[in-house]
Amino acid sequence: MREIAVDDVADTVRKLCVEANHELRGDHVEALQRARDRERSPIGQEVLDRLLANAEVSARERIAFCQDTGYAVCFLEIGQDVHFTGGSLAAALDRGVAEGYREGYLRASLVRSPVDRVNTGDNTPAMVHYDLVEGDGVRLTLLVKGAGCDNMSALRMLTPAAGVAGMRKFVVETIEAAGPSASPPVTVGIGMGGTFDRAAVLAKKALTREPTGSPSPDPKLAELEAELVDAIDATGIGPAGFGGTVTTVAVHVEAYPTHIAAFPVAINLDCHSHRVRTVTL
Amino acid sequence: MTELSLPLDAEAIRALHSGDSVLLSGPLVTGRDAAHERFARAVEGGERLPFDPAGETLYFVGPTPARPGHAIGAAGPTTASRMDAWSPLLVERGLRGMIGKGRRSETVKESMLEHGCVYFGAIEGTAALLSQCITASEVIAYEDLGAEAVRRLEVRDFPALVVNDLHGGDLYRDGPARWRRAPS
Repeated sequence: MREIAVDDVADTVRKLCVEANHELRGDHVEALQRARDRERSPIGQEVLDRLLANAEVSARERIAFCQDTGYAVCFLEIGQDVHFTGGSLAAALDRGVAEGYREGYLRASLVRSPVDRVNTGDNTPAMVHYDLVEGDGVRLTLLVKGAGCDNMSALRMLTPAAGVAGMRKFVVETIEAAGPSASPPVTVGIGMGGTFDRAAVLAKKALTREPTGSPSPDPKLAELEAELVDAIDATGIGPAGFGGTVTTVAVHVEAYPTHIAAFPVAINLDCHSHRVRTVTL
Repeated sequence: MTELSLPLDAEAIRALHSGDSVLLSGPLVTGRDAAHERFARAVEGGERLPFDPAGETLYFVGPTPARPGHAIGAAGPTTASRMDAWSPLLVERGLRGMIGKGRRSETVKESMLEHGCVYFGAIEGTAALLSQCITASEVIAYEDLGAEAVRRLEVRDFPALVVNDLHGGDLYRDGPARWRRAPS
């Protein structure tokens, strides 16, 4: 058994919140540069140039590169031989978020209830997903998720008859409906299979794949990802939705076993301000 | 690139066409979801709005906190469609410009054409760059809303694109239509 102090977890989350919001990850900058290379619309090229310039300014000035500093989504893969010490792990995650958002001059964007809509003041609670795995390690991924693109996400319970063709159609419809509101060029996380809830979590987790645009290890899924990139770019929505040849920088598909009667598909969109950091504790 | 002074001149905005790049300089006001709900309540209750919409430009933004010595934090546009239900209330009262991101409803577009209001798209995800174009910021209403409070900003060479002009042009419709193709 390995002991990990929850204070160390809080401190890690604090640092990741600041870093993720101030510095666009290097591989995502490269993904935007590749997008710039293949964009043919002059307005689209201008948008991508400004996004790249913005990333430089934010890192230099230690300012958020997007004002929607989002939900702090934490994926924790916890080894079953780990024992957390020094208090509540959930409270430590929230403490890390609150401290990181204060320290980084990040916006508090969460309300305590969708009904009364009073701001919690410190961007808590963290949105946490726990997975118990073998071993004595902890893998922590922070995804800072803006609402503009999360709002444009969708989930549909397709039938097996609708199949992969139905899934492609659903993806393109979702992208078309989102248009400029998801802040393209987007990263598209797709969760296929499992149950209603499992598909949604898979879609969100798919966004955290690193580096941006790396293909699925499953050749069939990798082929599907490449087809979907083409279908999404064909919409012509383009950078910031002003029209252009590049609407997505990456499609990441994750699949899971499902029921003989089911084909759940969840699509989680992430804006060009992609904020993901993964560490191992 | 067209340089435009704020408050916007009613004649100058007639010359704008969707897809034009502009640089805005001068004063504007900010407001987003929660503030708009209060604008609507004020109008319903016959109370005064915190600013006179006539001739004004409204930017849909909720900035991050400012670092000491800075006018404002990161300040990019938010999704304008969430304000669609309320925008006509302000457009009917003379609002001349809106800045945000994303498509507007048919009702809002009709109201803008009828009353002479232009919708500009700022580039979301350039919040750090846009922050450098904001030289002053002051909360003028609803301070309790935090990031959603209504602010008076002073901007200099604030870059935006004309999305909905006064001639029926719509960059979010026309731009993608031009680049649309069949999947390969």
